[in-house]
Amino acid sequence: MKVTVTVNGQERSAEVEPRLLLVHLLREKLRLTGTHVGCDTTSCGACTVLLDGTPVKSCTMFAVQAEGREVTTVEGLAAAGTLHPIQEGFKEEHGLQCGFCTPGMLLASKALLEENPDPTEEEIRWALSGNLCRCTGYQNIVNAVQWTARKLQSDSAATGAS
Amino acid sequence: MYPASFEYVAPATLEEALETLGRYEDDAKVLAGGQSLIPLMKLRFAAPRAVVDINRLPGLDTLAAGDGGLRIGALVRHKTCEKSELLGGRWGTLGAAAPLISDPIIRNLGTVCGSLAHADPQGDWGSALLAMDAEVVARGPDGSRTIPLPELFEGPFVTSLAPTEIITEARVPDPGPAAGGTYLKLERKVGDFATVGVAVHLAMDDGRVGKAGIALTAVGPTNLRATAAEEALAGSDLSDEVIAEAARLAAEAAQPYSDTRGTADYKRTVVRVFTERGLRTVREGMA
Ligand SMILES: Cc1cc2nc3c(=O)[nH]c(=O)nc-3n(C[C@H](O)[C@H](O)[C@H](O)COP(=O)(O)OP(=O)(O)OC[C@H]3O[C@@H](n4cnc5c(N)ncnc54)[C@H](O)[C@@H]3O)c2cc1C
Ligand code: FES
Ligand code: FES
Repeated sequence: MKVTVTVNGQERSAEVEPRLLLVHLLREKLRLTGTHVGCDTTSCGACTVLLDGTPVKSCTMFAVQAEGREVTTVEGLAAAGTLHPIQEGFKEEHGLQCGFCTPGMLLASKALLEENPDPTEEEIRWALSGNLCRCTGYQNIVNAVQWTARKLQSDSAATGAS
Repeated sequence: MYPASFEYVAPATLEEALETLGRYEDDAKVLAGGQSLIPLMKLRFAAPRAVVDINRLPGLDTLAAGDGGLRIGALVRHKTCEKSELLGGRWGTLGAAAPLISDPIIRNLGTVCGSLAHADPQGDWGSALLAMDAEVVARGPDGSRTIPLPELFEGPFVTSLAPTEIITEARVPDPGPAAGGTYLKLERKVGDFATVGVAVHLAMDDGRVGKAGIALTAVGPTNLRATAAEEALAGSDLSDEVIAEAARLAAEAAQPYSDTRGTADYKRTVVRVFTERGLRTVREGMA
């Protein structure tokens, strides 16, 4: 059957079997390989994408369920070659080592900051508790989200003042 | 992992959804949050001929309290319950359970009614809602019927729902303003199922316990009500002695088994400790 999804702002269509998982639509049909498959059993969050702004595990949703909806993947974060503030934060604070979990971490963090621009450390750890990282020990990921929160706040204060 | 092939139907109305289920007789599955069904299909433990996606049905996302008590529509997500300010006070058992279910990303999609239909004895909603005397409303080809949870849960992953029925909502009777509750869960890590969970609900009547609900997760073939413990609490003054006795009776009602999460003895002890701790917490919260 045909499925049409807005991916990173662009309308994309593909002919798919209903059993095709969203992550495979993204990786194999649309060649957006930034979304990773880690566990394939709904446990690790490496495959996290945003569906209408909400983090979901794309290994646990059929592509046909996303018909008519908006999907954001890690490829959609940087606008015109400029890193998104959350990407900058992970770079500045060394929030990644191998990078496998990073696309999911970035998207879950972005969704958190949109909902709660000034989260406590506890709130950050809670919001990211569905995303596993085998490398960093999480501390630098928490630092990266805090860095981004400060940056976004000072940016918006600066815009407000000008 | 790829599920077996199936036909996908995303009906726009409940009537159409019921008609589709009827057409496939017992070989179609309702898809709500998909957070249990899709993992099962990927492992090919489930291979339905058709999947009926109810996510586009209107009017099933109500979470509201009114004269008839609390209504939780079939598309109310775990996350909606976690964030809802409504689920404190008299509905506190539910508010305490919501943030302990799975992990934050699964909670964005998973539904309360889907959990009940899935009937996993390790599921948390089953206990929280049993303790509060909930029932589900099931719509089938011949109309609606209500099913109290003890009659819904027949065994591990087995319910009394017909394959052609859809749960449209769960209903929880209003226990009145002098009520409260909590849910305690022991888990090895976020996203793990309960090693043990205990739901506690108390409705007070003139300073004494009017009605008590105690239900247990992961220590039996279904979520279990600890009836003897509830009876020991009803009419009592909630003294330390009554609480200790109720906790002992709850542990006795548990039917734990040893597995990777712990031995049967250990789990029984956790039931006792959690029942006692939960009852004390609720007593203090209402003081
Ligand atoms: C890694 C992981 C960890 C988890 N941890 C926990 C946990 O700690 N505690 C916990 O309670 N749960 C846990 N879950 C399960 C999760 O809460 C699911 O969301 C829930 O069990 C099912 O709800 P759903 O809406 O996703 O249902 P679905 O997956 O869509 O459906 C599940 C079953 O119910 C049927 N069904 C669904 N809705 C209806 C309806 N309205 N009428 C009739 N039948 C229906 C489906 O046909 C299917 O058989 C976990 C899941 C995963 C993958
Ligand atoms: S790959 Fe989807 S949760 Fe791990
Ligand atoms: S950076 Fe390697 S898994 Fe997180």
